[in-house]
Order: sequence, then structure tokens, then C-alpha cells
Amino acid sequence: MNVPTHLKYAESHEWLEEGADGARVGISDHAQSELSDVVYVELPAVGRKVAAKESVAIVESVKAASDIYSPVGGEITEVNSKVEQDPSLINSDPYGEGWLFKIKVDEGADLGGLFDGAGYEGLIG
Amino acid sequence: MAGSMKESPLQSEHERLGGRMVDFAGWSMPVQYAGILKEHEAVRTGVGVFDISHMGEVFVRGERAGEWLNGILTNDLGKLGDGEGQYSLMLNEAGGVIDDLIVYRLGGEEYFLVVNAARAEEDVAWLEERAGEGVEVADRSEAYGAMAIQGPGASALFGVMAEGTGIELPERNGIVRAETGDGEVIVCRTGYTGEDGFEWFCAESATADWFERALAGGAEPCGLGARDTLRLEMGYPLNGSDLMRDRTPVQAGLGFFVDLGKEGGFVGSDVLAAEREAGGFDRLAAIQFDGKGPPPRPHYEVFSGEERIGELTSGTMSPSLGVGIGMAYLPAAHAKVGTEVAVDVRGRRCPAKVVKKPFLKR
Repeated sequence: MNVPTHLKYAESHEWLEEGADGARVGISDHAQSELSDVVYVELPAVGRKVAAKESVAIVESVKAASDIYSPVGGEITEVNSKVEQDPSLINSDPYGEGWLFKIKVDEGADLGGLFDGAGYEGLIG
Repeated sequence: MAGSMKESPLQSEHERLGGRMVDFAGWSMPVQYAGILKEHEAVRTGVGVFDISHMGEVFVRGERAGEWLNGILTNDLGKLGDGEGQYSLMLNEAGGVIDDLIVYRLGGEEYFLVVNAARAEEDVAWLEERAGEGVEVADRSEAYGAMAIQGPGASALFGVMAEGTGIELPERNGIVRAETGDGEVIVCRTGYTGEDGFEWFCAESATADWFERALAGGAEPCGLGARDTLRLEMGYPLNGSDLMRDRTPVQAGLGFFVDLGKEGGFVGSDVLAAEREAGGFDRLAAIQFDGKGPPPRPHYEVFSGEERIGELTSGTMSPSLGVGIGMAYLPAAHAKVGTEVAVDVRGRRCPAKVVKKPFLKR
């Protein structure tokens, strides 16, 4: 499984990439592999304020629907409309074109509960 | 995997191929290998192989076998010549479905029934309870492994699998039985996908070898997930989901396989005749989403305006059509082709219509 080391990971298999204009969130390679063929994505509304571990999106494979949780508290600033049009991007490029949303992380938010790459590899190993 | 589950003779092949194993009717079976969409596509455009070793194989023989069985099953066995088969149903006294099955006339007074895994024991008990003089019911499910080969490439693959055996591919709905160097083989030309194909029943111990031959011949291993999307695109019902003990084959739209004119009738026939006479019964409607949306799933509620009119018995995203499809028992007034309905998905009403089966027009 591909686990990039520059990302942070939630126990519920989302990744978070911190950037200058907020953080990007998607699901891990392990998660997309477990889900298998993704055929539908429901993303949050831009402007929505969410808490850490709050269910914010739904990813559906042929067989099952899975909740996606925000790894941090903050405000949704952008969603990936390309992945709504072509949900298979989540399978083919989970850390790139398959990202789900951007979030402006709450000031003073504690990211200490998230795993680094090595920690996440231990979790899924 | 829990040790209490029954294993197919292909269990180690499934594990080697990366099959994702699930509990299906008490059997450890693969829901998918490479992925449902890829497997679905292989069957629509090439050829796929499914393990169906969990299905039941029952022989009924004896001088009264045909006449007796005809009083238990809905379709008319009298239409079958030697080597021919038909889809049929076994009903309870109330006309509800115990099982749907394929019955073949092997020759003379010997019949071969292929039944659902989840109902095999119940079917056999039902038959044995009613079998009298001159009828023998033999459940041989343990002795056979089986696979279904499906897709436009199936007949070519048959040539590869049967090479050196002398077995010829039967006509549609036909059956052949032969002895080979690897034991007995029964080949039937039916399927559950809407594509050409055949079932290959063989000695339990030889199943893995025949399966390897199918793979070497280019068949994509396919699991229960693709089997479900493929059958649903054709509007074929699945027992336990779309067929059940409190629904009749008349309601399920399977009237073509019910012969109410048979002399002496069959178990449940009086109920079906009365239902058809009265009219106005619920019908298993095919429901298709108007456009892209979330995949419909079993038990999602179906609405007409604000009125709840039923719930889905099956549902999926059709890989071939790219939209949601499903089936639901709806009141007659709402079950006509073209009727607008809505399917509730997490509180959102997705517009859909009742359409003619099959969903996938060929």
C-alpha cells in the first residue's frame, strides 16, 4: 500500500495535507482498495463548519456506502467537483486527483491525534 | 474466516486469486477478485467464470417422477424432451415462493434440479416429504463442484474446456452428461447474466482442475458482486431478496413460468389462479433512476409524491447503464411502465421511473 510520508492520517483512513491556503483531505490508498470500485461521492457544502471526526462526505462503492470523517475541525472552503463527475479518480489517484475537499483548519486545532505515515502504516499493517 | 462456514472445492483457488471472501448462505464465497466493475465488464464483453459450487444438485427419478414433480413445480414439465431444461418455481401451499430453480429432463424418468444454496436443504425436505411410491429424491449437492461460464466468449471457452472429452455444447436450455478422464461432467446451457454461457458440474475433487482450465482459457474469475449487477441489469430475481415466501410468482412477473392449465394443478396453483382472477395484485416493478445519483440499495423506500408505496428488494448502480436500478413490489396502480416514482436515499428523493424489463436492452 502506498502511504506518502508527508501526509497526516486519521484512524478512519482519511489523509490530510497541510498547505498555505488550508488543508486538503482525501482517503488513503488502503481505504480505496478496501472500498473497491467507487461509483458515487457526496461532498459537503462549501462554507460548512465541521468538527473533527464529524461525518462530512459519503463514498459509495457498488456494494456499500461509507462515511468520510473530517480529520480536523474547520470550515469547508472547496470541494473537488472532478471527483463528483468521475468517482473512479478516488481509486486511480487517491492522493492526487482523487482528493475530496479543502478545509480551513480551526485556529489552535490539535492535530496531535493524527498519525504520521509510519504510524498509519502500523495501523493498517 | 469462521470455521463453521462451508467451503467450496475452489476455496484455495479463491484465496490465491485474491478473492474477497464473504458468508453467503453459510458458504465462504468470493464477492469479488479484481473488482466488480472489471468482472462485470469481462462478462459483458469477454468471458467470466463464477464458482457456483454452493448451489444444490438434486436428482429425482422413478417411474412416476415426471408426473409427480409436475404437481410440485409451476412450469409444465411435459414440454421437456430428453436433454432439455426449463426455469420453474417451487411454491408453498399459499402460493409463496420456496425456491426458483432449473429442472432438466435427463432421459426417461430422471430429472436434475439445480437449486439455490440458501434453500437446498428446505427444497430437499419439501420434496422428500411428498415423495411417494415410485419416486426417489437424491440430494447429491456434496458430490458436485460447479462453475458458471458466462459471456460472449463462452462457447469458444467451452471448446478449450471440453477438448479431448468428446462433450458437445448443448443447445440453449439443454443438458449433456458425460464421463471424462476426470470423472463425470454435466453441462447445461443456461445462465444468470443475460449473456451466452453454460454451467459445468463436475466431481468435487476435479473442480479445481476444471477451474484452472477455464482460467487458462482466458476466463476472468468473477464473484458474487458481479453476479448480482449482471442479473439485476436483466431484471432476473434473486430468491431471498426479490422472491420470498409471502410473494407469488404472479406478483413477481414470472407468469411465463407458471402453467395454470396443467392437469391436476401444482402446490399453490389454486391460490395463483384466484389471485390472477381477482387482479389488482402488487407487482415486482423495475425501477430506473432518471439520471446520475447515488446507488439504490435494498430496503430503500419508494415514494409516489408523499405516499410511501414500497421498498426496494434489490438495487445497484448499473455498471452498463451508469444509473441506479432496482426492483420493488408496488401496488398495481403504481407499477405500470412509465410511472414516475422517487427513491429515498438518506432523506433525498431521487426521481425514477418504472421501466420495462430488462433494464439492459440488447
